[in-house]
Amino acid sequence: MSALVAFSPAELTAIRLSLLVAFWAMLGSLPLGVAVALLLARGRFWGRSLLNAVVHLPLVMPPVVTGYLLLLLLGRRGPLGRLLADSFGIVVAFRWTGAALACAVMSFPLMVRSIRLSAEAVDRRLEAAAATLGASRFWVFATITLPLILPGILAGMILAFARALGEFGATITFVSNIPGETQTLPTLIYTLIQVPGGDLAAFRLTLVSIAISLAALFASEALIERATRRALGL
Amino acid sequence: MLSVALTHRLGAFVLDAAFDSGAGLTALFGRSGAGKTTLINMVAGLIRPDHGRILVDGEALTDTERGVFVPPRRRRIGYVFQEGRLFPHLTVRQNLLYGRWFAAKRAPAGDVDQIVELLGIAALLGRRPANLSGGEKQRVAIGRALLARPRLLVMDEPLASLDEARKAEILPYIERLRDEARVPILYVSHLVGEVARLATTLVVLSEGRVAAVGPAAAIMGRIDLFPLTGRAEAGAILATRVAGHDNAFGLTILRAAAGELRVPALDLPVGAALRVRIRARDVMIALTPPAGLSALNVLPGTVAEIGHAEGAIVELRLDCAGEALVARLTRRSVETLGLEPGRPVYAVIKSIAFDHHALAGALAPSAGADAETRHG
Repeated sequence: MSALVAFSPAELTAIRLSLLVAFWAMLGSLPLGVAVALLLARGRFWGRSLLNAVVHLPLVMPPVVTGYLLLLLLGRRGPLGRLLADSFGIVVAFRWTGAALACAVMSFPLMVRSIRLSAEAVDRRLEAAAATLGASRFWVFATITLPLILPGILAGMILAFARALGEFGATITFVSNIPGETQTLPTLIYTLIQVPGGDLAAFRLTLVSIAISLAALFASEALIERATRRALGL
Repeated sequence: MLSVALTHRLGAFVLDAAFDSGAGLTALFGRSGAGKTTLINMVAGLIRPDHGRILVDGEALTDTERGVFVPPRRRRIGYVFQEGRLFPHLTVRQNLLYGRWFAAKRAPAGDVDQIVELLGIAALLGRRPANLSGGEKQRVAIGRALLARPRLLVMDEPLASLDEARKAEILPYIERLRDEARVPILYVSHLVGEVARLATTLVVLSEGRVAAVGPAAAIMGRIDLFPLTGRAEAGAILATRVAGHDNAFGLTILRAAAGELRVPALDLPVGAALRVRIRARDVMIALTPPAGLSALNVLPGTVAEIGHAEGAIVELRLDCAGEALVARLTRRSVETLGLEPGRPVYAVIKSIAFDHHALAGALAPSAGADAETRHG
């Protein structure tokens, strides 16, 4: 039994790194997620369906393809990667930041979808009412729109976090599986399964993975319910 | 002071309206589809008209010729929407203070208390809109609009989503607003009863055009407008004062220029002003002062105008000491009695015709709701 909680330093590092990567993937994609969701929910512009398709692409493409595209674009020899490295000294390939980026791209459709649905449910006539009361566009957004779509934002954040925790294909393709830098829970479990005698450790980490996912889901349910009740004034 | 002159095309519908309105309550009256809501949305700046001007107190809010369009938030026009549109995530207090927060010159705290008291919503302040009745929601919506310190209040059928009891609950508050707050009101309605009770000035809108503008009593007494104001509910408005009470028979005596009216007892002090609507269908015509008749109200006058007959029915306008009264008769009666303009007649009205639809007006502040329910 004690073998199930006796984590090795490598395992603890992977758990910590997974949480770090998923957290930053979620938080980093949030502003863009809200903006794109609102644009898709309300914007009437040329190329709207194209944007919609691009956002949803990671959901339907093989993750390895997404990872490979990221590598082509942001790798050390990729056009954007070289630009970032030369101009700002920023390197994401084979770094944990790259893992966070891969996770962000992969979980982006889920976040956008969730926020978009709640944005579409907002009664826009309330925003017109706020305008007649003297609120500028910024204040209408801050005091009416944002609080009303908060449940959707929370749901999107949690979904994105959970998706990022489980990300495997794009991550391993883009940033490989470097212990202490890019080795997250899924990639470590994958490694352990490949080596003889790694079964117990793999099982241990599987339980951890399930526990974190369940906790995230329960937390999201509770948060969303509270936010919904607030938004509806119940 | 509001001045509107607009043209706007929406598919096959063309709005082409111009009118001026001043203090008190101006009712925009017309059937659904007449363009009323489109018009006030333009006044509030929620819709841009194709052409035209909207001036409030001399300031152009919209002027397509000069390229002026003041955004809604800078117009200082309070809007009470048909469905209230309270913010569901805010408490009643936060809803009320929402516009006040953005106002350049904030309403003093005393105004808040006064408006809360005027609308009777003190007990609701901590609640959320989801826990309010329809009538309470509309009262809060009115308060919210007022506390933004508007120079004009527009109301889009604020009673339309309410049942009769809730309507009766709010009407006295709107009357107090009209009489006590110094904000002019532009009020949209398609119900004659509501308009007759509330309007100082009446703008009749028909198929996107202004069919008539004028003081409410004058417009309601025009029989040529009955097809627009609704023949069945058509009636004249008399301004009266309570002259006394006949306690033995449970009657209140009202005095108008046209004469005295006896109506079922009202809980109003002597001298109180009351607006009475007398529907054309409740008025009978006699050539001599009637005897042996149960009806208590007989007003002398002369036939001023005979309308165009529609089938068996024809409407008459009577001049009763300068006040207009309208009557609805059969064509046959008109012929049998030999009625023609200038002929002296007596208008006969049964006291029980004065139900809660007919009796309204500047009710005594606390008695307003009581009088409503007792006779409703």
